[in-house]
Amino acid sequence: MKMSVPVGRAPSWWLLGPGLVWMGLLFVVPLCLMFVISFAGRGTYGGMVWSFSLTNYLDLFHPLYARILGQSILLAAGTTLLCLIMGFPLAYYIARAAPNRQGIWLLLVMIPFWTNFLVRTYAWMFILRTEGLLNTVLLKLGVVSSPIELLYSNTAVLIGLVYGYLPFMVLPLYVALERVDRTLVEAAWDLYATRWTVFRRIILPLAKPGVVAGCLLVFIPSLGAFLTPDLLGGARSMMIGNLIQHEFLVARDWPLGAAISCLLMLFVAGMMRWSLRAAKPLVQPEPES
Amino acid sequence: MKQSGGWLWRASVANLFFLYGPIAALILFSFNASRLSATWQGWSLEWYRALWANEALQAAAVNSLWVATVSTVLALLLGVGLAIGLEGLSGRRQRQIEQALLLPLVIPEVMMGVSLLLFFVLVQMPLSLTTVIMGHALFNVPIVLVIVRARLRKLDPRLLEVAADLGASSWDTLRYVTLPLLRPAILGAGLMAFTISLDDFIVTFFTAGPGATTLPLKVYSMIKSGLSPEINALSALFVVVSMGLIGLSLLLQRR
Repeated sequence: MKMSVPVGRAPSWWLLGPGLVWMGLLFVVPLCLMFVISFAGRGTYGGMVWSFSLTNYLDLFHPLYARILGQSILLAAGTTLLCLIMGFPLAYYIARAAPNRQGIWLLLVMIPFWTNFLVRTYAWMFILRTEGLLNTVLLKLGVVSSPIELLYSNTAVLIGLVYGYLPFMVLPLYVALERVDRTLVEAAWDLYATRWTVFRRIILPLAKPGVVAGCLLVFIPSLGAFLTPDLLGGARSMMIGNLIQHEFLVARDWPLGAAISCLLMLFVAGMMRWSLRAAKPLVQPEPES
Repeated sequence: MKQSGGWLWRASVANLFFLYGPIAALILFSFNASRLSATWQGWSLEWYRALWANEALQAAAVNSLWVATVSTVLALLLGVGLAIGLEGLSGRRQRQIEQALLLPLVIPEVMMGVSLLLFFVLVQMPLSLTTVIMGHALFNVPIVLVIVRARLRKLDPRLLEVAADLGASSWDTLRYVTLPLLRPAILGAGLMAFTISLDDFIVTFFTAGPGATTLPLKVYSMIKSGLSPEINALSALFVVVSMGLIGLSLLLQRR
């Protein structure tokens, strides 16, 4: 049971106050400003004109923007699926390993996540570019006769995103799988269930909160990715994050950039609401004792 | 599940190879003597020497350290305050506020970057290292909060009750009981925040003004102007420093 210190005794608001004001000022206020500005108009010479209109949102239906939005969703979904396929066996293996080994495996999964994202993305540029490591090796081995073009493509973006967010999938999957009662699986074996049946009827349903949480944790940052498509993607691999950056820093159409951001935010919030319910057993473990 | 043990093990090792291979290759080739290709041409420390001599990089490193230090101190002051303060609230209210405070960890970083940019421009605050520090202290507060809260949950609440029973004021309890008990977690959280600040690119990218170049911004502009072995060397240093700091932080959190 969660014990909390009696309210009267704990110094509370003077400890909470500064932090709450800080987060309110730099997190809540800016997001609200973004929402307000998404309805503003754009001046002839850039800058903003304070008027209310839905033009920015209607502009998003333009094929150019719609294509980027659609492509971002596809890439993020592809990343999520690949992470799930790759991460599930790993998470399952860790969950079934001897308890003293689990910690080491988890640490091994986490370490790359703690290294600089920019550096990790650069590593793939180094590997995938025309004169890169992969082409050098393939040419030496005689697998290909001329270098293959891998960098600056959707494939490269997909690889980079999977690479960046795989740990986000493995950890919640592990937490869910570790809780799966082993005796259930053994009972199924005893009842002559096939391997596939055990997976589909027992492991998968029990792991569902972990699957949902993992998918959410991978999908959201993939959808809002900026650095990966910026460095690994070509001109045709732009994602929402790049579009937002473009509108804010290059095209200087802030109201439109704000509208795209709000759309992204809405999407993220919707996904979170939907999946928090499904992942609840994982987020809020049953009270101890 | 012994039958599939071999298969699972191979899949897991393949995953680790996927995670570590690129970083390992990057570090290995930072010692490559060749400038132009990914062909191995012998060991060399040339690129590290080139980094050392690069004055723009030194300036960026100084900026990075300054930003990381100040933003970490700020995030610790605010985050530890929040973590302890939350203890005083009751169940439902506490959970709501805590979840709201963790939101910056969930939303895409680009959103945080552009909304801060918008905010600073609208309140007419010129972009500089100060705005970068503010941005970093924003995303580091939830990090500190998570780590310190995890520790607080493990503390024996009776310790605080004993202190109160012995006539300690709430300030004394905080000063002589809670904070000393939290010290490893606070140090761990500080190291974590420091590392994340050193590594951050996106929020920095949107909130840094001209002249406020940090190391990741410098790496980015180097990458954009063409790949070179110096970037490999700098990346290798980044990897080693981040891993060292994070390792230390995890060690402290475990105590």
